[in-house]
Amino acid sequence: MAAAKPRLAVHKFSSCDGCQLAFLNLGEDLLRLAELVEIVHFAEAGPVAPEAAVDIAFVEGSISTPEDEERIQAVRRNSRHLISIGACATAGGLQALRNLADGPGWSAEIYAQPETIHSLATSTPIAAHVPVDLELWGCPVNGRQVLGAVRALLFGVVPALEKDKVCLECKRHQAVCVLVAKGLPCMGPVTLTGCGALCPRFGRDCYACYGPAENPNATALGRRLEGLGLVPEAVARRFLFINNGAPAFAEAGRHWREQRILTPICAEDVPTEDRPDI
Amino acid sequence: MAAPGFLPRPYLQHLLAALTAAGYLCLGPKVRDGAIVYEELGSADDLPRGVHDHQQPGAYRLHRDESPRCFSWANGPQALKPLLFAPREILWTSAAGSDGGITFHPEIPEALPTAVIGVRACDLAALRLQDQHFLEGPSPDPHYGVRRRNLFLVAVHCTHPAATCFCASTGDGPRAESGFDLALAELDEGFVVTAGSPKGEALLGQLPLEALDPVQQATADGEIVAAAQAQQRALPSRNLRDGLFANLHHPRWDDVAQRCLSCTNCTSVCPTCFCHAEMEEPALDGLSSTHYRQWDSCFTEGHSAIHGIVIRADTRLRYRQWLTHKLGSWHDQYGRSGCVGCGRCIAWCPAGIDITAEATAVCGGDHA
Ligand code: SF4
Ligand code: SF4
Ligand code: SF4
Ligand code: SF4
Repeated sequence: MAAAKPRLAVHKFSSCDGCQLAFLNLGEDLLRLAELVEIVHFAEAGPVAPEAAVDIAFVEGSISTPEDEERIQAVRRNSRHLISIGACATAGGLQALRNLADGPGWSAEIYAQPETIHSLATSTPIAAHVPVDLELWGCPVNGRQVLGAVRALLFGVVPALEKDKVCLECKRHQAVCVLVAKGLPCMGPVTLTGCGALCPRFGRDCYACYGPAENPNATALGRRLEGLGLVPEAVARRFLFINNGAPAFAEAGRHWREQRILTPICAEDVPTEDRPDI
Repeated sequence: MAAPGFLPRPYLQHLLAALTAAGYLCLGPKVRDGAIVYEELGSADDLPRGVHDHQQPGAYRLHRDESPRCFSWANGPQALKPLLFAPREILWTSAAGSDGGITFHPEIPEALPTAVIGVRACDLAALRLQDQHFLEGPSPDPHYGVRRRNLFLVAVHCTHPAATCFCASTGDGPRAESGFDLALAELDEGFVVTAGSPKGEALLGQLPLEALDPVQQATADGEIVAAAQAQQRALPSRNLRDGLFANLHHPRWDDVAQRCLSCTNCTSVCPTCFCHAEMEEPALDGLSSTHYRQWDSCFTEGHSAIHGIVIRADTRLRYRQWLTHKLGSWHDQYGRSGCVGCGRCIAWCPAGIDITAEATAVCGGDHA
């Protein structure tokens, strides 16, 4: 008798579903994956069994409601390997911006019946609630990352993660540096690669969707961005974006927010952009 | 070797045509995304006529004027390196056999005969070093080798150093002395053409050259001398090995670590750096796998990771590795410094860190 196939689940928490597309967009590989593992729960693709015990659970989304808080505990209990995928699950996501603001106050201003909304005051990553075995960063993650993780687990080895910065990948693609050649506020020097330096290859600045790389020097990059003409609040926003909840970026963002208070902004402080004429 | 001749500017296309007829794919400088990069040339009209560069630590801009010249700029971000030492390539593939064994298939690339037009002296010096590294050791690299053997090099003597250049101080430019097949000196009205190899001489014989006027030769020579004199930067010595290793605990390493992003741009644009990482990409079914080699850098964690330990975890040690290898232990490995003075690591450093300033600060006076 053939050995039972490993069981796999894809769970969703507070998120946009974009990371689940890393599976849905796999094409033929999705069929191949279904031959290698038994996909027992993946609501967006069909199978629904949220309580099932599995060998590999992919978790998308952050914890932002009381219901999320309870459900992630059950997912952890039911899963041998728990892999959080995407910026929401690894850093709290864009919605973690509310951790820096008066979330309940905003709800009260925007919604007619805010009492029907049951959300926590914060949006936090999965690892803040349960032990996580592997984190795949990115907004969204891609098929190569999730398949690489599944393949490694099927081999019984620890998945190898990319650790380089976007800059190295940018140079491997021989893209022209947009920070140096156009003065754009590129986040590549502090950001983990995985996207293949997609933005710089199309002439725009990286906005850090894969989160902080190892050994990021956010202080030095912040100073450089200021040198390019960004006012402190604009520098803060470069860090406080998709991965605002990642500690290295949260700290840099706080630092530059404080500078805003110290340095009043006036028009003359903002150098006109040094645009190349070719 | 045949005497140099003069190629009037309207005949520049003949050079490309002769190379194409000889079976070469012609690569040359073109403007792309705000920089001069080497790409395939359709015709001489693709060359960056009247384009000039302005380079500073961490900044690079192009501008255009009415000059008829096509080579009045200093090097852009690329060197010959990406053409020979590919940024990412497959080394081998492997497959599981039905008998439980594994078979390996080497992937030696097919290289097209390629002519590169516009190569500068610093890049020829860097090529010499890369040849030493990739071809002259006990196990020559077949991937680099097949591309290298297919290369035809048309050098252009440099007359427009950038503020970041210092090839005069390393002894590698601005005149292309050797290592080329043909060398051009650009004047407003055309080019002084010199052959540097039998291949180059054969090609030179096919060009509609005119006799060279000694005044033209003198003008061309004068421009190259002026280019050396115009350089604003220098390394304090051609051999900083002892100075660097005597100063491994200099406070400047801490200082530069505050500014350095550990981003790998310097080593990536450096025409002599050769570090790589290897990785395996198994197919989903687990029955076959592809083994890649890609550029690495002493600024990554992986560069000094050995079985669970990272030797150089912080930027201070990584920056120190770059400088002590490039300007220090390179002398022991290859008999000279690993720096040819191209200035790329200065211009393309997003933080604007200047290798000449750091080396000078660390070595201070004791760099005998
Ligand atoms: S464009 Fe951005 S990612 Fe690319 S090298 Fe420049 S700073 Fe790094
Ligand atoms: S160290 Fe810098 S200046 Fe020297 S060869 Fe490398 S990139 Fe050019
Ligand atoms: S300087 Fe660094 S990246 Fe360059 S060859 Fe040496 S160790 Fe490798
Ligand atoms: S010296 Fe500059 S280019 Fe090199 S790693 Fe540091 S910041 Fe990046």
